[in-house]
Amino acid sequence: MTGLHFWQRLLLLRWHRQLKLFTKASSINCLVQKSYLSTSVSLLQQHQQLPFDLNDFPVERIRNFSIIAHVDHGKSTLADRLLEITGTIPKGDNNQVLDRLPVERERGITVKAQTASLIYKYKDQEYLLNLIDTPGHVDFHYEVSRSLAACHGVILLVDANQGVQAQTVANFYLAFEAELTIIPVINKIDLKNAQPDVVADQIHNLFDIDKKDILKISAKQGIGIEEVLAAVIERIPCPKHDRKKPLKAFVFDSWYDRYKGVVAHLAIYDGFMKTGDRITCASNGKTYELIEVGVMYPTQVPSGFLYAGQVGYAMMNMRNTNEAKIGDTFYHENIPVEALPGFKDATPMVFAGMFPSEQSEFPQMRSAIEKLTLNDRSVQIKIDNSPALGQGYRLGFLGLLHMDVFNQRLQQEFDASVIVTAPNVAFKVKIIGEKNIKHYGSNEITVLNPCLMPIPEIITEYREPMVDATVITPASYMASITQLCLDHRGRIKDQSYIDDTRVLIQVKFPLAEILVDFFDELKSLSSGYASFDYQDAGYEISDLVKLDFTLNGREVEELTMICHVSRARETARRVCEKLKNTIPRQQFVITVQGKVNQKVIAREDIKAYRKDVTAKCYGGDITRKMKLLKNQAEGKKKLRLIGNVEIPKDAFIKILKR
Amino acid sequence: MKLCLIKEAQTLLTLSGVQEITSVFFGGGTPSLAHPDTIKMFMEDIKSRVSVQPTAEISMEINPTSLELEKLKDFQDAGINRVSIGIQTLDRYGLNLLGRDHSVEESLRCLEMAKCLFPSSVSVDLIYGWPGQTLSSWLSELQEMLHLCDYHISLYQLTLERGTDLFKQIHQGHLSPVEQQVSEDMYLQAVELLNNNGFERYEVSNFAKQKCYSHHNISYWTGQAYIGVGPGAHGRFKPVNKDHREARIQTLEPNDWMWEVEKFGHATRKIKQLNPQNQLEELLSVGLRTKKGVSSREWSNVEPASCMKDVLFDDPKVQLFVQKGLLKFNDRGLCASDEGMNVLDSLLPDLLNAVEKDYFRKRTAV
Repeated sequence: MTGLHFWQRLLLLRWHRQLKLFTKASSINCLVQKSYLSTSVSLLQQHQQLPFDLNDFPVERIRNFSIIAHVDHGKSTLADRLLEITGTIPKGDNNQVLDRLPVERERGITVKAQTASLIYKYKDQEYLLNLIDTPGHVDFHYEVSRSLAACHGVILLVDANQGVQAQTVANFYLAFEAELTIIPVINKIDLKNAQPDVVADQIHNLFDIDKKDILKISAKQGIGIEEVLAAVIERIPCPKHDRKKPLKAFVFDSWYDRYKGVVAHLAIYDGFMKTGDRITCASNGKTYELIEVGVMYPTQVPSGFLYAGQVGYAMMNMRNTNEAKIGDTFYHENIPVEALPGFKDATPMVFAGMFPSEQSEFPQMRSAIEKLTLNDRSVQIKIDNSPALGQGYRLGFLGLLHMDVFNQRLQQEFDASVIVTAPNVAFKVKIIGEKNIKHYGSNEITVLNPCLMPIPEIITEYREPMVDATVITPASYMASITQLCLDHRGRIKDQSYIDDTRVLIQVKFPLAEILVDFFDELKSLSSGYASFDYQDAGYEISDLVKLDFTLNGREVEELTMICHVSRARETARRVCEKLKNTIPRQQFVITVQGKVNQKVIAREDIKAYRKDVTAKCYGGDITRKMKLLKNQAEGKKKLRLIGNVEIPKDAFIKILKR
Repeated sequence: MKLCLIKEAQTLLTLSGVQEITSVFFGGGTPSLAHPDTIKMFMEDIKSRVSVQPTAEISMEINPTSLELEKLKDFQDAGINRVSIGIQTLDRYGLNLLGRDHSVEESLRCLEMAKCLFPSSVSVDLIYGWPGQTLSSWLSELQEMLHLCDYHISLYQLTLERGTDLFKQIHQGHLSPVEQQVSEDMYLQAVELLNNNGFERYEVSNFAKQKCYSHHNISYWTGQAYIGVGPGAHGRFKPVNKDHREARIQTLEPNDWMWEVEKFGHATRKIKQLNPQNQLEELLSVGLRTKKGVSSREWSNVEPASCMKDVLFDDPKVQLFVQKGLLKFNDRGLCASDEGMNVLDSLLPDLLNAVEKDYFRKRTAV
């Protein structure tokens, strides 16, 4: 017994220490942010004009590339060094120049893609290198593939200490599927515990890359940066575009600027464009006049022109990002070209309700959400109404990190507390019966709100969203991680050693199983060493049930949930217990029940008060007593009434919150 | 001090325009430490100003220490005709724990003597639920008390006040408080035991045999006016020059209080206006503590324009309480059943909201 406790404590301790380090790191980032702001001001002053002419760069001397890496593997540092060595920014205390959002700096991740143009002299020739930054996490898969669409090669950056991580694998496959040239780079070779050779083995084993092709650098120390630039020029093909053909420009990102309106990030395929040109959007036929055209050097610097193969920005008096849809093609007015294929709309996978903790703050929350979604169109928004939590939103996200990042940005923007409900997924059911199909509009229904699930009698098939997950872990944790995966209904598809000590496990999970706690459990089981990533893997037939909760026989709508049949009893018990602990005793017994198909599978009783009365109440006690009673009376007004049972809002929050 | 008490009483009596006094209560702290002459002079002065019926209840809180014991007769001569003795417990360990400096023997002697001097007008105070007390020890203590006591008993559950020794000891974990389940049983079973021995629970904490009620306390619970005299005293009355009743608190610190009385004639530190809504809320909160409950007459004394039943029975929660047998509307007014009285504090917030809703409706209707 004591032994077990000891190990648990040790793991916890290590996990807390890691967390502390992380917090420390983010606070350092915050400090750095100030100095960054001052540099960026000086940068803006420095580059009011480009020190080069874009006209001088034909496609042969242009390379478009991005850096893909796991969180913390040094992507932003490498980007900083590339900007410095090419003179784009002065040498000095640069830190994550491309990460502009506070949340990006705090979490050390990239959410929005940024680009920067660099000039580099190689073998007596000047090259225009366009670095297109990508979000590191596959939650931002959608953003990653957008960024990659404008690239012809990637730098796959791996930490020499941590080695290949789950995200590295996912990112590699994205680039591989896009048929991009991959330059493998091992970073942080200056670290004491660096194992560049082991990591080189991993890269070789996993991605079938020749070890000779792997570069070994330290972005922090500036070691090997020239070699990286050389490899970018030597290995990555130049854009196969033609300046003489009619203009064909591709929108790979757009950004709303409060002062300038919509800023579109464009990759010029063919032809060229200049300030004052009139260009037409292929999808809606609308024509705009180019107000400003330029490149990111590394902030917006007007250039007047953009030529084939180049990447830059354009402003054309658009007020709504909907007009510059990502994936759209632009051409010169009256000279139409065949539009590029564009992107599928991102489909949200994870849903959560967001409510202001005070209903009076709803308008502020609404404007904060509207502001945020302006620059993140992958978030699906729907107004939601909960009898317990009031008016709020049900938002759809691409994944868990996406949701976390959005939350954090919302807290920063909104500056008030938001109640976020536990995330859930969209289930699908097939129904029979002509009348039913007519009523629901189709024989296949997507169920997002559990209350709206059709009755089981008419359902022939339930399906739930699945993900293909990758876990990379030191082999010593394999047994416990395998167990964790099985406990979360994971199906292990493959296990392979990527070097002598590390294992890559591929698992198929129901998405619902990894929404809450899974990541934390994985991290704590492996003392923080295991990494995890996942990708959408469609829907699979499943055995789902609707779980209802009642108080003295009355249904509590907001607690209805859909879960896998194997989870029903445990979930029902947990919720009943939580209700028992949060609902105050009342003047009568309250029976809390969890039911599936009217069958009770969990039950708790909240005993009635037997005595609740103040002992002493004479002349001098009345004032104090009244104050207390008035407070209680005020509190009673905020209770939600289910039948005769009063439930504090707190109880719902405790159950619905993550 | 003596003169100040008299002076403040004079001032407040004039301010309230009171013609007749039905009861006087010397309490709060240890008034029995005072010299019997003080009581005597105070009573004589009052009688010279307003009418005090010979049957008026003049009661005093006493601690059963031998020092005060000797003065009992003098207090009677000074006009006191009812005493309530702070016996608290018949357990030595318990007395020590509660920080009382009297002994069990002194309690018994005092009770004996008081019964001789004030037959059928002696009350004893008992405290239950102190750390270490068990349900059975409490019940046997109460049983013992039933043999000794007069016609009135008050039961109080121990409340832990911040800053006391007991609070600190429990807070630091040296003593463990009585579990809630147990203290609930202590009260409920005590009520039953007292009932079986002819003691009627005429208020949540007060039990009387043969209707020997404390009239002074009844006036608190029926919403009558009272004047508070002395440091930290509370009063509730409508001054002659004002439209509404006021809740008034006198200055707490004795030296400041004296200085203020000498300078202004009274030392009222805080005045809060009580509008009819506040008064009805107070009336319900204290009135339902009594067996008789709140009468329609008491309600319309405050608010002649409305009918208690119409206002309250409109509320679904109140309806539920009636349906569950916790509250009863009868010819006299509204009262709590035995079960209702046990859980009164959980009913009151809803009753107050019902009152508030009615006033809100009236305001918006205008």
